[in-house]
Amino acid sequence: MMSTESTAIDRSGTPLVEMRNITKTFGGVRAVDDVSINLYPGEVVGLLGHNGAGKSTLIKILSGAYRADSGEILVDGQKADIGSPRDARNYNIETIYQTLALADNLDAASNLFLGRELTNRMGIVDDATMEAETRKIMSRLNPNFRKFAAPVKSLSGGQRQSVAISRAVYFNARILIMDEPTAALGVQETEMVSELIQELKKQGLGIFLIDHDIHQVMRMCDRASVMKNGELVGTVNVADVTEDDLLGMIILGKNPGKAA
Amino acid sequence: MTDAAKSQSGTRKRSLFEQLELDTRLLGMIGAFIVLALVFNVFTDGRFLTPRNIFNLTIQTVSVAIMATGMVFVIVTRHIDLSVGSLLATCSALMAMTQTMVAPEWLGLGLNHPLTAPLAILVGIVCGAAIGAFHGMLIGYLAIPAFIVTLGGLLVWRNVAWYLTSGQTIGPLDENFLLFGGIGGTLGETWSWIVGIVAVAFSLFALWQARRNKLAHDFPVKPLWAEVLVALIITAMILGFIALLNAYEIPTARLERMFEARGETMPEGHSAGYGIPYSVLLLAVVAIVMTVTARKTRLGRYIFATGGNPDAAELSGINTRMLTVKVFAIMGVLCALAALVASARLTFHSNDIGTLDELRVIAAAVIGGTALSGGIGTIYGAILGALIMQSLQSGMAMVGVDAPLQNIVVGSVLVLAVLVDIFYRKRTGAE
Ligand SMILES: Nc1ncnc2c1ncn2[C@@H]1O[C@H](COP(=O)(O)OP(=O)(O)OP(=O)(O)O)[C@@H](O)[C@H]1O
Ligand SMILES: [Mg+2]
Repeated sequence: MMSTESTAIDRSGTPLVEMRNITKTFGGVRAVDDVSINLYPGEVVGLLGHNGAGKSTLIKILSGAYRADSGEILVDGQKADIGSPRDARNYNIETIYQTLALADNLDAASNLFLGRELTNRMGIVDDATMEAETRKIMSRLNPNFRKFAAPVKSLSGGQRQSVAISRAVYFNARILIMDEPTAALGVQETEMVSELIQELKKQGLGIFLIDHDIHQVMRMCDRASVMKNGELVGTVNVADVTEDDLLGMIILGKNPGKAA
Repeated sequence: MTDAAKSQSGTRKRSLFEQLELDTRLLGMIGAFIVLALVFNVFTDGRFLTPRNIFNLTIQTVSVAIMATGMVFVIVTRHIDLSVGSLLATCSALMAMTQTMVAPEWLGLGLNHPLTAPLAILVGIVCGAAIGAFHGMLIGYLAIPAFIVTLGGLLVWRNVAWYLTSGQTIGPLDENFLLFGGIGGTLGETWSWIVGIVAVAFSLFALWQARRNKLAHDFPVKPLWAEVLVALIITAMILGFIALLNAYEIPTARLERMFEARGETMPEGHSAGYGIPYSVLLLAVVAIVMTVTARKTRLGRYIFATGGNPDAAELSGINTRMLTVKVFAIMGVLCALAALVASARLTFHSNDIGTLDELRVIAAAVIGGTALSGGIGTIYGAILGALIMQSLQSGMAMVGVDAPLQNIVVGSVLVLAVLVDIFYRKRTGAE
């Protein structure tokens, strides 16, 4: 379906980001076990796997929420030390977390700019400008969004998700991590997100997309990396495999032998 | 009236409130306060609502109210501070010793030197900030629950104060320091009016600025009449309060002495009101600074974000550990300011100063709408909460309610207030 575009990805240069031999354990659990993945500009890489396979843990290492026990991260070929979410943001890595990570008691604008508030010279936060910016980006992502003054607690799941998405998109990300971005969205909003992904891709962003919907992954991703029990089963060109191949990788941990 | 007409007037009423964009919870609290005041007024044969009693009520509230504004930040970030009364005692002891020992003897400044009071206040503030920051570090960086750290602090600082002073009362305090005690230091009528008018001007400017800002961004604004009505209410409240404080007249004998001290004789029939006490002015400044911090600075935004969802705050790059240190350091500074007011009001440092204040302060914040689950609370609410608590206590004392019964009522009111709050939040869905 997307084969024309996926072949257009130029993988001869240095990848935008590369995670090498990443391992992370929680107590006795090996949540991520020696996993290596990479991402090129203008590429969407799907991350697949069962519940508890280690997908969220892996991307949280990239976004600075966790520190890996071992392994390294390279951004533009340079070793990157990402010890906190702030570090990740400095590398233009933006994340939409599975849990959305919104402060429920604050409104959409406060959440969008959380940690990066616009202030005037005296350090006073400029709520009006932040709300105006929020309205601007929302009119693109979710034109029906009206509840700018309400705390995000009072929003629907989809509305909350659009706040989280707008936050990640607003700050000129180069690397975007989306952990199940469409989980709470209706058909129409899901379509909007896939259009957004295509648009960002054209702008040259690299996107990690975690999604349980195989159709969605086949349709939107260029490559797919599959994890099982914390280990990487393999990474494949989506154009070269069938849905059944992917399902086999996810369920049986069987690599179809068409590694990319 | 038919049902239709009724419901129509109902909706018109609601839309009136909506157009004014007033905080209904605040209105509820003010309503409760007014009812309380009226009931006490009836039972005291009109002695409760006199300028004199309102003046006294105000100065009695200041110390707890100052600390309650800090407790809002502490509780909003899902912590608690049980040590504020003890911290107040330690700050008070250090400030008293600075005035009676360090400044006059060690530094050789003698008694009532103009530098003594500023020095003492500085010592108190630095000490409060340091102890608060230390609590914050134990809580934020070592992850010891705030309840435990400050429960320990409750015992430690109360008795550090005891050690410092060998359990003795320390006084008399510096003349200028005592100005913060309430009735001993007031602005007088003219300056009170000037402060009031400046306050009104600032409020109106802020309202106008906010409206202009909204219009500049094409946001919806309240109708102009609603804006004007709000402005009028604010003006009336500020000026009314000033008029009340000015209406409490300085006793003639005392006035005469004041004239004599200046080498003049008092003209026949001269009278003068007290006006705003410096301690109340201090509370007003604290309230403004804390409100601006809460609403208009990054620090405040992070405090509320962390209270609403600590994980989200962390993932947004907020250093929540350092934030905890800052919040408790602010609490410590406010304890020092409260110690200033409390010891100046007593005119000496006593061993039991601030005892049980932690409970009053927490109760004030909670009655004022601060949610123990975190993320929600207002500075003005906490101050109003402190005022309601104090009114209840003083009112019952004036009516002649037995001391044990007073405490039983205060305790019950605290629980009841939280219950009402839960119902209110369920109904409005605000939570
Ligand atoms: N903070 C944590 N503490 C302890 N164990 C954790 C923690 N986070 C994740 N784990 C464990 O690590 C493993 C991987 O979890 P992870 O959240 O990465 O899975 P996932 O692939 O994102 O699953 P899902 O599809 O359900 O989101 C699981 O066994 C989980 O229980
Ligand atoms: Mg996950």
